[in-house]
Amino acid sequence: MARYLLIRLLSLAAALVVASGVIFLMIEVTPGDPARFMLGMNAAPETVAALSAQLGLDRPMGLRYLDWIGGMIRGDFGLSYTYKVPVADLVADRLALSAPLAALALGLSTAIALPAGLYAAARRGRLGDGAVMGLSQLGIAVPNFWFAMLLVLVCALHWRLFPAGGFPGWSDPMAGLRALILPAVALALPQAAILARVLRSALIEELGRDYIRTARAKGASRPRALVRHALRNALIPVLTILGMQFSFLLAGAIIIENVFYLPGLGRLIFQAITQRDLIVVESVVMLLVFAVIAVTFVTDLAYAAVDPRLRHRG
Amino acid sequence: MSLLALDALSVRIGARPILSEVALSLAPGEILGLVGESGSGKSMTALAVMGLLPEGARVTGSVRLDGREVLGLPEAALNRMRGAEAGMIFQEPMTALNPLMSIGDQVAEVLRIHGRMSRAEALEVARERLDRVGLTAPRFPLSLYPHELSGGQRQRVAIALAIALRPKLLIADEPTTALDVTTQAEVLRLIAGLARDEGMGLMLITHDLAVVAGMADRVAVMQGGRIVEAGPTEALFRAPKAPYTRDLLRAATHRPAPPSQGEYLNQEKDQPAFSWQKYSKSDGSALLTVETATRIYRLPRPSPLAPHPELRAVDGVSFTLDAGESLGLVGESGCGKSTLTRAILGLDPLQGGAIRLGDHLVSPEMPRAARADVQVVFQDPYGSFNPRQRVERLVAEPFHLTGRPTDWRARVAEALREVGLDPADGRRFIHEFSGGQRQRLAIARALIIRPKLIVLDEAVSALDVRVRAQVLDLLAELQARHGLAYLFISHDLSVVRAVTSRCLIMQAGRIVEEGPTEALFTAPHHEYTRHLLAATPRIPAGWMTEEESLS
Repeated sequence: MARYLLIRLLSLAAALVVASGVIFLMIEVTPGDPARFMLGMNAAPETVAALSAQLGLDRPMGLRYLDWIGGMIRGDFGLSYTYKVPVADLVADRLALSAPLAALALGLSTAIALPAGLYAAARRGRLGDGAVMGLSQLGIAVPNFWFAMLLVLVCALHWRLFPAGGFPGWSDPMAGLRALILPAVALALPQAAILARVLRSALIEELGRDYIRTARAKGASRPRALVRHALRNALIPVLTILGMQFSFLLAGAIIIENVFYLPGLGRLIFQAITQRDLIVVESVVMLLVFAVIAVTFVTDLAYAAVDPRLRHRG
Repeated sequence: MSLLALDALSVRIGARPILSEVALSLAPGEILGLVGESGSGKSMTALAVMGLLPEGARVTGSVRLDGREVLGLPEAALNRMRGAEAGMIFQEPMTALNPLMSIGDQVAEVLRIHGRMSRAEALEVARERLDRVGLTAPRFPLSLYPHELSGGQRQRVAIALAIALRPKLLIADEPTTALDVTTQAEVLRLIAGLARDEGMGLMLITHDLAVVAGMADRVAVMQGGRIVEAGPTEALFRAPKAPYTRDLLRAATHRPAPPSQGEYLNQEKDQPAFSWQKYSKSDGSALLTVETATRIYRLPRPSPLAPHPELRAVDGVSFTLDAGESLGLVGESGCGKSTLTRAILGLDPLQGGAIRLGDHLVSPEMPRAARADVQVVFQDPYGSFNPRQRVERLVAEPFHLTGRPTDWRARVAEALREVGLDPADGRRFIHEFSGGQRQRLAIARALIIRPKLIVLDEAVSALDVRVRAQVLDLLAELQARHGLAYLFISHDLSVVRAVTSRCLIMQAGRIVEEGPTEALFTAPHHEYTRHLLAATPRIPAGWMTEEESLS
């Protein structure tokens, strides 16, 4: 187990180093000079050069990379070119919304997918299975912003249960939570549809295995064989999807954030790209990479928790 | 009163009849052998008793367990019966256990399903049960997972959970088919002993007549979903009534007939039907020479700084195989025979010694043309064929070694004819063929570039006895016609005995004994050979008529 952990940690570190290099280089070769962008098209070349020097953009690439990495390790992500505030503060603000939103959506999608997948697998080939599969097809096919608009129309404008958009902050936790409910539902539905399908097919595969027959021959009822035996074995593909979904939810919610006027990470990065605020782009992308890698690491640990064969192989 | 009574049991799936009018009975403490080829309905009979038939199966007739009708019982009552009144052991120990649950929990689960018991209490009983099947305490803690056990040990766990509640009926469906002979002997002894000690009725399902001959009180023979014959074991073997039973018995001890019929008719009674030595025309020139071949695997380091431990999978093996000779290579799983085979095929490099095929040194870098002299037939032909290509393409595959001749279609047609198939079969796909036909196709593929040596790696192990007999005949015929040499690798001693003239016994990477097959089987020198022979189930001498054993 210690060996398994050590290998995972080393590969996590290696992935971070490679990713940071790639991100830095990508930004370097992207056309668009932040200094020129900030000063406008008519700025004199000398002014642009002066600003570049002030921002440190004229220094050698290697040095700037090391500065960037060193800063991030200390928690100093630099100053946003456009907002002139520390990037760390910007990101922290947005994370306060995006992280809870992602967690909420993920929890919701799991809460929907788990019973749906179990039910469909148990009723395989029957009406209930058909209904769940039909709904999940719909969930995958219909874009989430459409769900979002529908939710706004019905739950916010018609029933007035939740606010239609905006985010009041966490000073009043209940109000904050209420503002996140509809976006979380809109995000969760398509994810739940995918998850339910993956879970169903993994369960059906496991139900065909010999050990299920052994369990039934022991006297285990169908539900018991499904939940006690098949479910745990079916978790590996489900965990993989869950890990991928969390990373997606953290930053992939740009459209939903726009529909609900939420100041999230997705919108931050979108604005930063259009304004050539490269330092923000770099930092947020790096943060997302870190999140993805961290989630992968947690997923690997979850695999090992589920499967003794991984623990022992090391 | 009988413990288990089946009467007019019929099962259909869709329009297909699976079982027809099956009638059987089993007394408490009795061992009933249920014998038949694959698809004969043996397993379906067992599943019908357990109420575990696949969905959509329609059952009629009667299954009475301890006087109570099982068919039509509600699911909840069936769940109470399974595991408590009837336990079942399945064929594949490698997959029959939940890989994510400790063995203690898997045995304890039976107790917890059927009685309100705390986990600790159930584990205590599980401990006692595992002890009972020979997985004793300090070496086999309850916390072990299935992947930490060998096939035989896993089968013991499966047995422990089947007998956890001392059911009155134990059904064992091919419990040892996937195991080595020595493990098979131990597991069979264990099951029979348990049945006798606990007074359980045991239904032993197998395709292997020799297994039931040594164990069962009574035998029932199944074919096509029907019981064709049933009776006390010895009487049935001595005087089989149904033609099908006679066929099976003949096939089980089949030796391929030599091409010219006259040769063996004047043999004495106790001699084998014919001597393969006389028949396989070894001309004394070595075709394959293996000199102190050594194959070493590096194992993972136990700790980051320790050196890699080494596994000498093949350890200084030397032998020669003459042109036209049939050489057997026998050993249990893990003895290194597959590793040796891969080296002989030039797939893996050696770490010591040399293998020569004719004038060429065998290695992964050897020229393609030299590879054409050796071809291989594996156990599972389906897995070695691309399911999306037509058979003619599959059979023509080895031509990539020699270059495809313009008349390749004619050559494929000829190869198909040689193995007893229709040249028109070349247009079909592999899934349209039965197991035996697939193995014929694999032989056709091996044959098409006229190799000098064919390596037969468990090539008939997965086949039913009657099909196996036919394939062995075919191999003998082809050998006589083309002067082929065979390296016959198998764990099945009776097959090796029937078709080879010389035999190597392999254990832990080394050849422990070598000699003419008959001599080796009648007077083994090495301890391990004796051990193997003793463990091999056989039909007692004298049980079978001369006509049958001579086939």
